[in-house]
Amino acid sequence: MKKEDTAEAIDRRAFLIRVAKAGACAAATGAGAWLLHKEEVRTHTAEDAGAAIPDYSLTGRKPALVVVRGASRERTLQRAVSGLGGIETFVSPGDRVLIKVNAAFASPPSLSATSHPDLVAAAVRMCRKAGAASVSVTDNPINDPASCFALTGIEAAARSAGAEVILPREKSFAAYTVPGATLIRRWPVLIEPLLAADKVIGLAPLKDHHRSGASMTLKNWYGLLGGRRNIFHQDVHTVIKELAMMIRPTLVVLDATTAMVSNGPTGGSLSDLKRLDTLIAGTDPVAVDAYGAHLLERPIAELAFIALAEQAGLGTADWRSLHPDVMDL
Amino acid sequence: MSIRTVRRISQVFFLLLFLWFCVAMNLGDRWWQLRGWPVNWFLHLDPLAALATVLTTGVLYAGLLWSVVSLVLTLLLGRFFCGWLCPLGTLQQGIGWLGQRHRTRQRQLEKNRPHRAQCVKYVLLTVLLSAASVELLRAALRAPWEHTTIFVPAAAAGVLMALAAAGRSGGRKTAVGILLATVVLWAALGAVVPSGALVAGSLHTGLLDPIPLAYRSVNLVLLPAADHQLQTLSPVPRYYAGAALIGMLFASILLFSLWIPRLYCRFLCPLGALFGVVGRYAVWRIGKTGGACTDCRQCDRFCEGACDPAGRIRQGECVLCVNCLSGCRQAEMGYRTSVSQGGEILSPDLSRRGFLLSLAAGASAIPMLRLDGSLAANWPADKVRPPGALIEPEFLRRCIQCGQCMRICPTNVLQPAGPSFGLESLWTPVLNFRIGSSGCQFHCIACGHLCPTGAIRPLELDERIGRGEYARKGPIRIGTAFVDRGRCLPWSMDRPCIVCQENCPVSPKAITTIEDFRTAIGGDLTLLSADPTVLEFPPGSLETGRFATGDFRVRVTGPAGSRLRTIVSNTDRFVQITESDPLDPVPAAGTVVQILIRLQKPVVEPHRCIGCGVCEHECPVKGLRAIRITAENESRNPAHGLLLS
Repeated sequence: MKKEDTAEAIDRRAFLIRVAKAGACAAATGAGAWLLHKEEVRTHTAEDAGAAIPDYSLTGRKPALVVVRGASRERTLQRAVSGLGGIETFVSPGDRVLIKVNAAFASPPSLSATSHPDLVAAAVRMCRKAGAASVSVTDNPINDPASCFALTGIEAAARSAGAEVILPREKSFAAYTVPGATLIRRWPVLIEPLLAADKVIGLAPLKDHHRSGASMTLKNWYGLLGGRRNIFHQDVHTVIKELAMMIRPTLVVLDATTAMVSNGPTGGSLSDLKRLDTLIAGTDPVAVDAYGAHLLERPIAELAFIALAEQAGLGTADWRSLHPDVMDL
Repeated sequence: MSIRTVRRISQVFFLLLFLWFCVAMNLGDRWWQLRGWPVNWFLHLDPLAALATVLTTGVLYAGLLWSVVSLVLTLLLGRFFCGWLCPLGTLQQGIGWLGQRHRTRQRQLEKNRPHRAQCVKYVLLTVLLSAASVELLRAALRAPWEHTTIFVPAAAAGVLMALAAAGRSGGRKTAVGILLATVVLWAALGAVVPSGALVAGSLHTGLLDPIPLAYRSVNLVLLPAADHQLQTLSPVPRYYAGAALIGMLFASILLFSLWIPRLYCRFLCPLGALFGVVGRYAVWRIGKTGGACTDCRQCDRFCEGACDPAGRIRQGECVLCVNCLSGCRQAEMGYRTSVSQGGEILSPDLSRRGFLLSLAAGASAIPMLRLDGSLAANWPADKVRPPGALIEPEFLRRCIQCGQCMRICPTNVLQPAGPSFGLESLWTPVLNFRIGSSGCQFHCIACGHLCPTGAIRPLELDERIGRGEYARKGPIRIGTAFVDRGRCLPWSMDRPCIVCQENCPVSPKAITTIEDFRTAIGGDLTLLSADPTVLEFPPGSLETGRFATGDFRVRVTGPAGSRLRTIVSNTDRFVQITESDPLDPVPAAGTVVQILIRLQKPVVEPHRCIGCGVCEHECPVKGLRAIRITAENESRNPAHGLLLS
């Protein structure tokens, strides 16, 4: 117990010390309040990520798309890419490559709701062979991310082929505004792996999609969005167009080896699948998706995002005018 | 190396092992993930979980056979589990040491003096086990009525024997009187004891049993909190509803040991009480060897169990910390097979009356809890249990609230139930589709394979998704989705959406859509002029660009009309429609035109819905979801069925 606690009578010295302490406390309270005081309400708004997502595309390349028919994804991919000029045209030695797969659902590869692990592995190996310094594979799936990458076989395939799998951690997202966009404004985007990449490749399976018509290479970029992204389904075609504005990829691959023709985009049964034994690779994602719609036998008019993307100058909806090579293995 | 050092090494080893098992409880095949690590081992060693589930179910489930090892070792060695192995004990001992460090010798002795309240743990043990064995107790009380043919002759024989045995002495009347009174009381109690649904074994040991408590606290509070910063164990930050209550109980246990060392072990721990009861028969025991004691009380000073080794040692309280062995200057204390020279107290400090009252309290708690009807007509509709969970009464016989299922659940949808689900269900697993990275994933069977007591059955994937030999039964349903048409965007606000339909994982989908076209602008438009693909209206009639999203249609009345045409683009006066379907004939000026929005309105097909809740999780109406799961039609309880066939 301290002396002042027990003092019975107070002397002048103790009294002055007490007054000095009380005065110091009062002064500190006043000073603190004065420093913290503000008249206006402080608001908090999300800050945009500082950097812009670069344009990864190689503009004006001919041909814009190549179609290869065959059952082996590895061989059709190789053939399609060599038809586009070889992987060396896309990946230079020392490049850091990001592969955006579709790992949306925690379902096995046999159900074709996600990018096939064989295709992922083949793409990774191809980039590695071209001298890529690093290859990363990422997606922000709909189901639980870790389960999705594990159950789809993508994680194992990517790892064994020499790629790093980037799970969508909270810290990898930042608010981003797509220039000229009306929907993707200050929206969380999986930006960290994008900014760390020199080249971006999209690998998408061809799938039925009730709301947008079909899920292909453009819709695949949905997996770069975070937050309450489902709200964009109110205007799904516009958001797909804006995603196409956000990401100008180096190369996209549409895998229609076994396409999901019904009950998409989740599928869930082998009866939802149809063997088309076709793979399309290209630098014009709009043309590639238009070809995909053709494979699904859907009129382009029902897939409004294709026309919207074309109007935004992101590619050519009329794939026939590009005279794509169609090769059989 | 002194025996105390060995004990410390053992404690640290098992604490680290326990923490490691908690960390490793991640789905995955890397060395630091769940790939065969025996993460349930501490629970399996727990004889309280084993005994209580045996009382409620009559079965010693799977890995709980390990608990025989700890019981047998306790019979041989005493409460080694508490002093050498229990992670909660180790944590308390470490913190208790901090508290004792700067106390005077006198205060240290005071803190470690045996206290009357140490009997509370025996009361708790009795209450919890009595609640678990309430059916056995009821069967015993009902014997006069249900086994009358045995009971009446037995009672008569008893009375005759009492008459014979008491002979001619004056005790005859008393003995017969007591026997008759017992028979009458027994029969009377048997007549009024509640029946059937109100009386069923219910397991609550997990609330206070230190092993489930430690697992629950580390898995649902400490690791998720740490991982919010580290983002290592789980890519998506984990949340647990009501974690604060779990965490506060854990923190209180640890902090109170600053005040009195091992306060929880000494006063409250029902597992310690069980070991104390069993430990009275221990072959080896701590005690004075005789002769050399100077009564310095150095042994009492560091005694973790407050068992009074310097005086008459309370064997049931001794946690085998062996501080007395290492601390004794005269080497007076020994760990031997003979009785302590200072004398021993073997029985728990609980009177027969206290025991009977505790028994009655525990047994009467269950009927009272079930009077709320939560297992009858008042079942909480939002109590959605994981796939493989047994029917509710059977579930409540087994769940020890350890939280292993909630930790392993890859999507974090499995949550500890709060008080709103009924007190009996506190901290048992329920699904909360607002939390986590997804609903209950269709291809996941993790929880049942980790459940240490079989409250959730280990399913095969085929049974879960209704494949192979289970194709006829169909997938396991845990509930049904209901669309709230007052909140659903297409139903109530004319906005396209169908995120729920898109994410439904079953094939064919359990959510289908009804196509509908609703007017997008108030009233009709009057055409100024038209060509086959362009319609012109008065300037300012339309909002530029609004109808170019692919979701809008025009309907032209008259001969070209009826068929809807998709709008491709629009200005404030021109509307362009798709070239694939031009207007023919071209409508005349003055024609009435409508602009419609195409909607797909979700409808649940109840015979296909499995209640996985992916739809509820993904629904963009994030406050109160516009599609929600309740436990209707769950496979585990036919009484919750929804459909005729």
